[in-house]
Amino acid sequence: MRIGVPREAGERETRVAATPATVVGLTNLGATVVVEPGAGERASFTDDAYAAAGAEIGDPWSADVLLALRTPEAAQLDRLAAGTTVIAMVGPARHPDVLADLARRGLTVLATDAVPRISRAQSLDVLSSMANIAGYRAVVEAAHRFGRFFTGQVTAAGKVPPATVLVAGAGVAGLAAIGAASSLGAVVRATDPRPEVAEQVRSLGGEFLAVEVEQEASADGYARATSAAYDARAAEIYSEQAAQVDVVVTTALIPGRPAPRLLTAADVASMKPGSVVVDMAAGQGGNVEGSVADEVVVTDNGVTIVGDTDLAARLPAQASQLYGTNLVNLLKLLVPGADGELVLDLDDVVIRSMTVAHHGEVLWPPPPIPVSAAPSVPVAPEASTPVVAPKRPASPARRYAAIAVGLALLFLATAFAPAELATNLTVFVLAVVIGYYVIGKVHHALHTPLMSVTNAISGVVIVGALLQFGQHGVVVSVLAGIAVLLASINIVGGFAVTRRMLAMFTKGPAQ
Amino acid sequence: MSAEATESMATAAYIVAALLTVMSLAGLSKHETARAGVAYGIAGMAVALVATVVLAAGSLTAGAVALLAVAMVIGGGIGLWRARVVEMTGMPELIALLHSFVGLAAVLVGWNGYLEVESEGPAQTTVAPELLGIHSVEVGVGVFIGAVTFTGSIVAYGKLSGRMKSRPLTLPGKNVLNLGALVAFAALTVGFTITPSLGLMIAITAVALGLGWHLVASIGGGDMPVVVSMLNSYSGWAAAASGFLLDNTLLIVTGALVGSSGAYLSYVMCQAMNRSFLSVIAGGFGVESGTSAVVEGEHREVTADEVAEMLTDASSVVIVPGYGMAVAQAQYPVADLTRRLVDRGVDVRFGIHPVAGRLPGHMNVLLAEAKVPYDIVLEMDEINDDLASTSVVLVIGANDTVNPAAMEDPNSPIAGMPVLRVWEAKDVVVFKRSMAVGYAGVQNPLFFRENTSMIFGDAKVRVEDILKAL
Repeated sequence: MRIGVPREAGERETRVAATPATVVGLTNLGATVVVEPGAGERASFTDDAYAAAGAEIGDPWSADVLLALRTPEAAQLDRLAAGTTVIAMVGPARHPDVLADLARRGLTVLATDAVPRISRAQSLDVLSSMANIAGYRAVVEAAHRFGRFFTGQVTAAGKVPPATVLVAGAGVAGLAAIGAASSLGAVVRATDPRPEVAEQVRSLGGEFLAVEVEQEASADGYARATSAAYDARAAEIYSEQAAQVDVVVTTALIPGRPAPRLLTAADVASMKPGSVVVDMAAGQGGNVEGSVADEVVVTDNGVTIVGDTDLAARLPAQASQLYGTNLVNLLKLLVPGADGELVLDLDDVVIRSMTVAHHGEVLWPPPPIPVSAAPSVPVAPEASTPVVAPKRPASPARRYAAIAVGLALLFLATAFAPAELATNLTVFVLAVVIGYYVIGKVHHALHTPLMSVTNAISGVVIVGALLQFGQHGVVVSVLAGIAVLLASINIVGGFAVTRRMLAMFTKGPAQ
Repeated sequence: MSAEATESMATAAYIVAALLTVMSLAGLSKHETARAGVAYGIAGMAVALVATVVLAAGSLTAGAVALLAVAMVIGGGIGLWRARVVEMTGMPELIALLHSFVGLAAVLVGWNGYLEVESEGPAQTTVAPELLGIHSVEVGVGVFIGAVTFTGSIVAYGKLSGRMKSRPLTLPGKNVLNLGALVAFAALTVGFTITPSLGLMIAITAVALGLGWHLVASIGGGDMPVVVSMLNSYSGWAAAASGFLLDNTLLIVTGALVGSSGAYLSYVMCQAMNRSFLSVIAGGFGVESGTSAVVEGEHREVTADEVAEMLTDASSVVIVPGYGMAVAQAQYPVADLTRRLVDRGVDVRFGIHPVAGRLPGHMNVLLAEAKVPYDIVLEMDEINDDLASTSVVLVIGANDTVNPAAMEDPNSPIAGMPVLRVWEAKDVVVFKRSMAVGYAGVQNPLFFRENTSMIFGDAKVRVEDILKAL
């Protein structure tokens, strides 16, 4: 198997899909790596370094597998044979036209930006590794344009206050920005709709600004999506903070949707002259009103808004190394035998999610990932007991037939029963149905309390015993008396023990 | 008040009581409303009792009413006392025992029905002659269900409290026995309806008592959670049968509610164990299936200090408790351990198998008792996929619910039962008394895995040792 690594076409693309270090990893999988001359030049990897790592310097477009950052341009794609596997950040959701073109060419395309968010696929997650770099770089860009120290100092020439940095969104990029800014000495504040990230923010030296809104206690202990009240309070916080802080880094992105607007023009206007805003979402519409993708704007009141979208590409050596390592991990999945044989296992959810075109067909979007796979173990051979027929879900026809038979039987039973019994049967049947539905949604942790309450309730048989008591001779009364005593134990005991159990159920502090 | 007015008042009260019962069950399906649910239940029961006592008092002497009150106070006292002193680990036994009381009470009510009506012969005036047949059937059915519940619960109590062997009883042709008992019951009831006699009444009772005993005796200890919930259902049906007998709507409604909810709960649990509902209630499972693979190998033993070290380095810990934790009363030290680890920033969660322990939700009750927050206590399905990325899994007194043989050995008696895939974690520590097999009598290959270490002894003492070492 030959793996080709081209020189990236884009003007601003400085990264490369393999570094000398990852070439070694790829070679260990039994592949021959062909690197285009000058591919690593802008990331400070020389052709000699690639050759020393075991790569051939030559034409990558004739390889079986092409590793790239961006989708190659049309002229380059023309040089690829049908059936070639292309692995790149295709952006299948945002560029359906590009995807259709790739499929038409008969290429097999794996999108590195479509890795499913499951634990097993973390080592392939290109978006996380790029976001990490971009978050760091965003702070460096801000520091570069900010005319002051980030850290506070007391010098012979006077006291220097530390800069205050607000990071909006504590995802991978946000956390990287918090870490970078606080290690530069700034006072860092961060916001995020997910209260559970507060701990991560603090661990990196930031202060978490919680949006405190009266939230309804949810049954499962998790916060719900942001409400209107939440959004209003969050907007207030951003307005308050804008006037106070020196640097703002916004990282809020929602997959498949335009970036949410966090800072309005009025907020930016209230900032101090010389302040810097880095809008990491500028490419997706921007978190900040007035930001322009790939441009640096200075507002009338002297606030610099950085809209660069190539932040990760500004650390080309590091970004290439992390991207390359992600690709090596991906190829380990694709070449399970480490023998140079590529196996595209579309039953593997990770591979299936990433494969967006194959055999001329567009395979995007992938099917949703099943939460838990059923164990594929054959059922033990059932012995001797005739009743142990293996359970299989009844077909609709059989189910309807069963319902019809049941209803018919019930009809006959009621129709030929005396009126008195018919009334009782009606009540009975309806109560059975209610019991079934009422219980349907019970929380698993409450099974035991439920059982002890129903146990207490079944002590209602006491009513029968009470009505029989004293009606019909000594024997009946004695028996009824015993029944009353037993059922009383049941009623009182059942309720008391349930109360005791429920008193123990506590909900932990919000985490 | 006239007798008629009293009666319609009672009917009205019964409707209120029935509604309160429905609200009680509905309330118990959520944590937030559970306490209100119990309050509704108590209110419903109180309304029903007051209405019935008023109704009954109309035809009773003051002495009789006083006797009734005494019986209720004594019974209530005993119930309250048991509920106060029961250990949370002893909950399954208590509930099984309480079920047997309902069963016995239903048998007594049924017998009274016979003594009041059928035994009097043509002289009786309680029931209209054309309805006599129906009454006889109702007596038979009521006594039958009550008696099955009674002996079944007694056996369940015996097994759960260790007074009886938990191994399933395997009489030759046990299914024929069960079916035979059902056929005999049907024949006897028909006979009883045609010519009511004391002998037939005794025969019905005896057959039912025997069937109840045999049914539960032939079910293995591993299935006990289902059995308890099934008996809960039976006790409801018994109350409903008494309702038919006495023509009492309240009894029918509440009995049917309890019966159907219990049956549904049992069904849900059977699904969780990949067990056929029929095969569980018909007694025994897979005991005769093929020989399972013999498990051999060396297990690795660790000390409490080593476990403490492992936990110190861990970023995430999942605790899988089983009946062994309940037996050792280890829930308090386990809760302490959880708090300590959480304070250190370790992500601690609990993975609960649906049938862990000896009754549904048993582990949740124990952990709640020890004040473990319920939002870190997760179900098997919620946590199974996270186990692969977990640093350390502590298996405390669980065995069959973490047995890889269920997924890997098709001949194992527990094959196909969903289990917690703890072996996927980086390290597994199993707390165990000895290398003895679990409740289902199956050897567990987990103990011989490379990433598994064993720590022997009483779970409570061992967890306390680890706490000290931390």
